[in-house]
Amino acid sequence: MKADPAGVLTGVHYLDGDFAAGEGAMAAGCRFVAGYPITPSTEVVERIARRFPTIGGMFIQMEDELASMAAVVGASWTGTKSMTVTSGPGFSLMMENIGLAAMMETPCVIVNVQRGGPSTGLPTMVGQGDMMQARWGSHGDYEIIALCPQSPQETFDLTIDAFNLAETYRVPVLLMMDECVGHMTEKVVIPPADRIEIVPRRLTSKPRGEFKPYQLNGNIVADFARAGDGYRFHTTGLTHDERGYPAMNVECQEQCVRRVTGKITHNADKIIRLDEDMTDGAEVVVVSYGITARVARMAVELARAEGVRAASLRLITAWPFPAARIRQLAMRVKAFVVPEINRGQMVLEVERCARGAADVISLPHYGGSVHDPAAIAQEIVKAAQ
Amino acid sequence: MSETTIVEPKEPAIAAYLRMERMPHVWCPECGIGTAVKCFATALERRKIDLDKASIVSGIGCSGRAAGYMNLDGFHTTHGRAIPFATGLKLSRPELFVTVFSGDGDLAGIGGNHFIHAARRNVDLLVILINNFTYGMTGGQNAPTTPLSAKSSTMPFGNFEPPFNLPQLAASAGAPYVARWTALHVRQLVWTIEEAIGKKGFRLIEVIAPCPTLYARLNKLGSGLDQMRFYHDNAEIRNGADPRDVAIEFQQKIICGKFVDIDRPSYHELMHAHYRKVLGDKYVPMKPEGGWISDRSGGTP
Repeated sequence: MKADPAGVLTGVHYLDGDFAAGEGAMAAGCRFVAGYPITPSTEVVERIARRFPTIGGMFIQMEDELASMAAVVGASWTGTKSMTVTSGPGFSLMMENIGLAAMMETPCVIVNVQRGGPSTGLPTMVGQGDMMQARWGSHGDYEIIALCPQSPQETFDLTIDAFNLAETYRVPVLLMMDECVGHMTEKVVIPPADRIEIVPRRLTSKPRGEFKPYQLNGNIVADFARAGDGYRFHTTGLTHDERGYPAMNVECQEQCVRRVTGKITHNADKIIRLDEDMTDGAEVVVVSYGITARVARMAVELARAEGVRAASLRLITAWPFPAARIRQLAMRVKAFVVPEINRGQMVLEVERCARGAADVISLPHYGGSVHDPAAIAQEIVKAAQ
Repeated sequence: MSETTIVEPKEPAIAAYLRMERMPHVWCPECGIGTAVKCFATALERRKIDLDKASIVSGIGCSGRAAGYMNLDGFHTTHGRAIPFATGLKLSRPELFVTVFSGDGDLAGIGGNHFIHAARRNVDLLVILINNFTYGMTGGQNAPTTPLSAKSSTMPFGNFEPPFNLPQLAASAGAPYVARWTALHVRQLVWTIEEAIGKKGFRLIEVIAPCPTLYARLNKLGSGLDQMRFYHDNAEIRNGADPRDVAIEFQQKIICGKFVDIDRPSYHELMHAHYRKVLGDKYVPMKPEGGWISDRSGGTP
């Protein structure tokens, strides 16, 4: 369906990434946001706090990030599109309730504007060190979707996509921004509401007595019943059956985990989006994401000027990881170069998928700034030799 | 010669409020939680609450299982986070009647921060807190409510940490309605829940309940029935008591009654009044039925 015009600030704007995330959420139909202040993400909720009272939205500053994430999961069960926003330390605190959202199959969006870590780290400076936490941070086996914008415009666009994916797969979707993208100001074009496609909550049409909250009926995910619609359903973080009732046995555990993971792994091809540049016939492919992808692009140009057939593969979707595509490329390229603003996290995935068919070179940066493009270029040239 | 006729047991009226297909429940014989659940259901029945619009949210622990047995929209959430989860529910669909039903460890221990902040904000939540002085589900560990000198599995030589006085905690954080009963006071408890349902804001009802399996056993207090007898002999009804004076000491008098019942604008009342004042006609509140968007009117059968 088309976006609700109330939330869409149509026009050409000059916005930073944080504000763009806020505008993207409102355009996507988000009407509940709970958050706790944390640098460098707070501007997202500041934008929302200012606009929500005039568009029928509800923002609440909770007492901490545990509460914020719990409130978001609760709010989503009324059918209201819900979001929270944070950075590293707050992201850590949200993990248990992100797991709850995954287990209860609750659509929601979590924005993480990454800063340098670990611990309090570099509150005002860039990092990309939460990429593995995004995938594995909550306990047990589950799947999420994580997107990595490289600009304010893309932040706006991907925030809408994040909400749509959350609805389609009934899953928490993480928008993994970084401080640079969050704080850089660029042109952002917000289209008219009737040009924005949004996925509404798919509500059950079953009669009350026949509804089971986790019965798939041949779909990827079960149809939804909102709290307050008379279905009187139950849901729990415990391993549960189709009725949403606790069922703690081996068979049900397998069924439950297969359901919450399979819907993502079986549809990975539909979910994954990559931005490839000159990968056809390339000998070295730079794999990067977020702000680092913009630095990498310059490095690729520098390397090409030196005669190397360098290419760029940008992860728009970091999770699920594009395993098949990396494997395919590994069979015909000499090397992957993976710059990241961490000690080497997504590079582990590249390595896993390349399975030794191509060299995989990690270019870590410990955080606080972006890479030097010349240094990346140098590695590309070296890798080609 | 008389003929024996088999009479099918009549389903109690309260059955409509429970998920009977999930019985038997997990609670131990003589545990007080079931009593509180029945009192809650009875109060809902007497108030003729629209069950379609009623939600129950629990955290983790023995009392946390209550959400799974009530025939309402029920949410069994994470440990300590029932109140913020319920806050999200209530704020995004304000027409809902939302009850938090959980234990002392869940709400006052791991969830203590949310407890005081929800009371401060005066969010429209009815909170039924079962206080059995211990962590039952995990095996009788020390709780922030365990009385001084009482034994627990993690204070085997007796508790030396001062416990919370929950009515005082709630009242000082701003809760406009605070009451306490024991699992013995079923009529008073029903009346109190009925009354609290009709009020706004953060309403705390503490229910002192026996845990025969752990708290009573570790402290050699006998059976659940012995605990009920203890309540009978040692509970003192003192409506209007200063919450500062109702702290519970080990096997001493338990002050019961309604301690706080004041008018204080709820979160929603404050928010609406404020935004109407500063934003005027520009203020668009969240719709009572919530902020959901759908391409069809369906959903409600």
